[in-house]
Amino acid sequence: MILRTFFAAVAVFFLAIGLVLMPLADAQAAKRGGKLIYMIPSKGAKSLDGHKETSFATVHPTAPFYSLLIQVDPLVPGAKKLKGEIAKSWKISADNLTYTFKIRRGVKFHNGTPMTSRDVLATWNKLVFPPKGVLSARKQMFSMVKSISAPDDYTIVFKLKFASPALIWAMAMPFNYIYSADILEKDMHYYEKNIMGTGPFKFVEYVPRVRIKGERFKDYFVAGRPYLDAIEGIFASKQSVYVAALESGRIHSMFRGLPPAAVEDLLRIKGSALTVQRSVWNCALNVTPNSYKKPFDDVRVRRALSLALDRWGGSGYLSKRAIVKTVGGAVFPGHPLAPSRAQLESLEGYSRDIKASRAKARRLLKEAGIPKGFKFTFRNRTTDQPYKVVGIWLLDQWRQIGLNVKQEVLPTSKFWDSLRRPKNRMTDASAYVVSMDFNCQAVVNPTLDVSKYVSYSGSNYTKIEDTVIDDLFDRQLREPDFDKQKALLWKFQQRLTSQARTFSTLWWQRAVVHSSKMKNWNITPSHYLNMGLVDVWLDQ
Amino acid sequence: MYRYLIRRFLLMIPTLFFVTVIVFILMRMIPGDVVVMKLVGEGADVTEEQIEIERENLGLNRSYPVQFLDWAWGALKFDFGKSMLTGDDVSRDIKIALPASLQIAIMATLLSIVLAIPLGTWAALRQDTWVDYCVRIFSIAGLATPSFWLGMMMIIGILIITDSQWAPPFDYIPIWEDPWYNLSMLIWPALATGYRYSAVAMRMTRSTVLEVLREDYIRTARAKGLLERIVINRHALTNAMLPVVTVIGMEFAFLVGGLVVTEQVFNIAGLGNLFVDSVIQKDYMVVQALVLLVAFVIVFMNFMIDILYAWLDPRISYA
Repeated sequence: MILRTFFAAVAVFFLAIGLVLMPLADAQAAKRGGKLIYMIPSKGAKSLDGHKETSFATVHPTAPFYSLLIQVDPLVPGAKKLKGEIAKSWKISADNLTYTFKIRRGVKFHNGTPMTSRDVLATWNKLVFPPKGVLSARKQMFSMVKSISAPDDYTIVFKLKFASPALIWAMAMPFNYIYSADILEKDMHYYEKNIMGTGPFKFVEYVPRVRIKGERFKDYFVAGRPYLDAIEGIFASKQSVYVAALESGRIHSMFRGLPPAAVEDLLRIKGSALTVQRSVWNCALNVTPNSYKKPFDDVRVRRALSLALDRWGGSGYLSKRAIVKTVGGAVFPGHPLAPSRAQLESLEGYSRDIKASRAKARRLLKEAGIPKGFKFTFRNRTTDQPYKVVGIWLLDQWRQIGLNVKQEVLPTSKFWDSLRRPKNRMTDASAYVVSMDFNCQAVVNPTLDVSKYVSYSGSNYTKIEDTVIDDLFDRQLREPDFDKQKALLWKFQQRLTSQARTFSTLWWQRAVVHSSKMKNWNITPSHYLNMGLVDVWLDQ
Repeated sequence: MYRYLIRRFLLMIPTLFFVTVIVFILMRMIPGDVVVMKLVGEGADVTEEQIEIERENLGLNRSYPVQFLDWAWGALKFDFGKSMLTGDDVSRDIKIALPASLQIAIMATLLSIVLAIPLGTWAALRQDTWVDYCVRIFSIAGLATPSFWLGMMMIIGILIITDSQWAPPFDYIPIWEDPWYNLSMLIWPALATGYRYSAVAMRMTRSTVLEVLREDYIRTARAKGLLERIVINRHALTNAMLPVVTVIGMEFAFLVGGLVVTEQVFNIAGLGNLFVDSVIQKDYMVVQALVLLVAFVIVFMNFMIDILYAWLDPRISYA
């Protein structure tokens, strides 16, 4: 008995030692040095200010220069966990109305000045309460915040008007860079053209539309990080360019994602020299009929459009050609708050029995007085992946219920102009009839996913006030109980589907190809995340 | 002569003015909104009020004549304003884009001259022989092959030849910073565009040399017993060069701002790319400045061609 206890104790001891040393072993395996070269699949950033911008074209080149208060843990696959970056820890009060963050000591800006809660306060005031003339693209996400204060140099307190589980994830948005209070005091627009943060890399050079360069910040607050000596991001808008660059080894990665055919080609040619990581992408491709225009003011016609789509079948074959795959509703598929598979299949347009769905669609069209061969124009964006590919699929799906649809492809500026048209001009001849639409979020958060559909959202292009939707959104936003929030979100989904003012087609599928020499980078469901590159190293 | 040159130079001003007026009007007739492009991006939740504020900040709520005069006054002082999309100085955008486009244009022009004049002349001198047929096939192929397609084939060819171990660089570095890196990137677009360019000039050289060789003065020169080399170089070629110079000059002007797809294939942030992006995004300030620049290059090249005419052909006098 004593012997058994002794051996058990020894085993536990070695197991404990092993567990302690395991991360160290990993850290030892990591190699220091090298320059990571990646492509940013864009023609350039409109500005360098993350607070103002919504595009990956700003995040991919600038994220390595900044830190966030809290972040989506870059080392946990699936973007499922949050961790503090500038925040050492945080505490939420029992009533969920006060969030207190303790801030790390010893954090420095790249100009050598120490970072304190004053900088965090100035940053978050700019994000939540931007002064007139200063744009904060995600201000609406922080509507629950009443005040922000900094009681001492290393504490920051957020007081809320109402409790909301959405806040903490919204705070981890990769755009919420910590800026210097001194700089913001002098010029609120400084960061649109300049870079100066506390991130793992220090800014070296930015040539608009060409490249951005950074070097390791020696005073970065995490000891031993970053591993890389330097980074360089190259702007390139053509797929053929970044495929050739990956194939020849000119770059280590392009972090946005590649279509299936390009992925397969690269893997076939380069074999183990390249690695592919895949994930569901937190972007839904939607269809939005113009509810102000006949015959789409009739809910039966809108429902028929959704019923015609063979989402399950389309997922199978479209995923081989386009960056779409997952069947889902308004909430990110697979999230605990998303509808279950059975729930989803019970929704109109999501049934696996496509024949029955299309028969119903034809019946609805007949009831609404829509003749066979009815013509309308579907407006789409002039971007191949996934817009035009899915657009062609949609045309064929609607043909199968007797509709004759023409696709009109617009350049991005015209496309946005068409979607954003004011409510009072939705009946104009030039207003869209049925349009492609999409919903991309930077973090996985159901509240953010569904925020697009509320009446007061700027990205709700239906321009319809639906008080039922607004009420459900508001209730789930304030609901701290998980099961109740899930039930509210399910009702939200049912309401969306029954009205069919806008509906999902398929969710995107992300596949990132990178050099096998690039280590310690995990794919996430969002192409906005994991661009800090702090843990990435090169095996060379 | 000088009075003519000054008069020609001054005529450039109304030409450029009318070009900018037309572009100013056309740009405002195209549907789309630069402010929406700027603020909405990938579907940002922006209110109509924020859009109005930005429109006011950019001066888009002012009347068109006021907007134009404001811009024209700045342009007179070489201040082309700021990009409506990025807020960057337009001059800086051009400064970044111009060197690459200019370098490709110069390299392609040199390639064209080096190929077109000797081969075109040789083909004319050996009319209807295998030399002529080869040169004609080579030039017709050049005319029929789009530069961007040739560029793509070059990249694919390089990847195949090097077993996917090498491709041209895809980020532009000026030649004065790293000549080898720069040339290893730009030689390919220069070859791709220079080939088509040389094909045009080659056919022109061949046909004009053929025409000149039938002139009386060539027969006279030969009858005088001049060496064939002198007849060709001094009498035939010099006279045949007038239309060739025109073609080369006009092609050069086109190359400076017109290599849109080739620039995209090789990922060159040149003027052609900047031009198209700005038109798509309705970035008025950038488009207006670029049109002015390209129009200036074209008008200036015409001016230079006129001067070259007088130099090449002593019979031409601008007195």
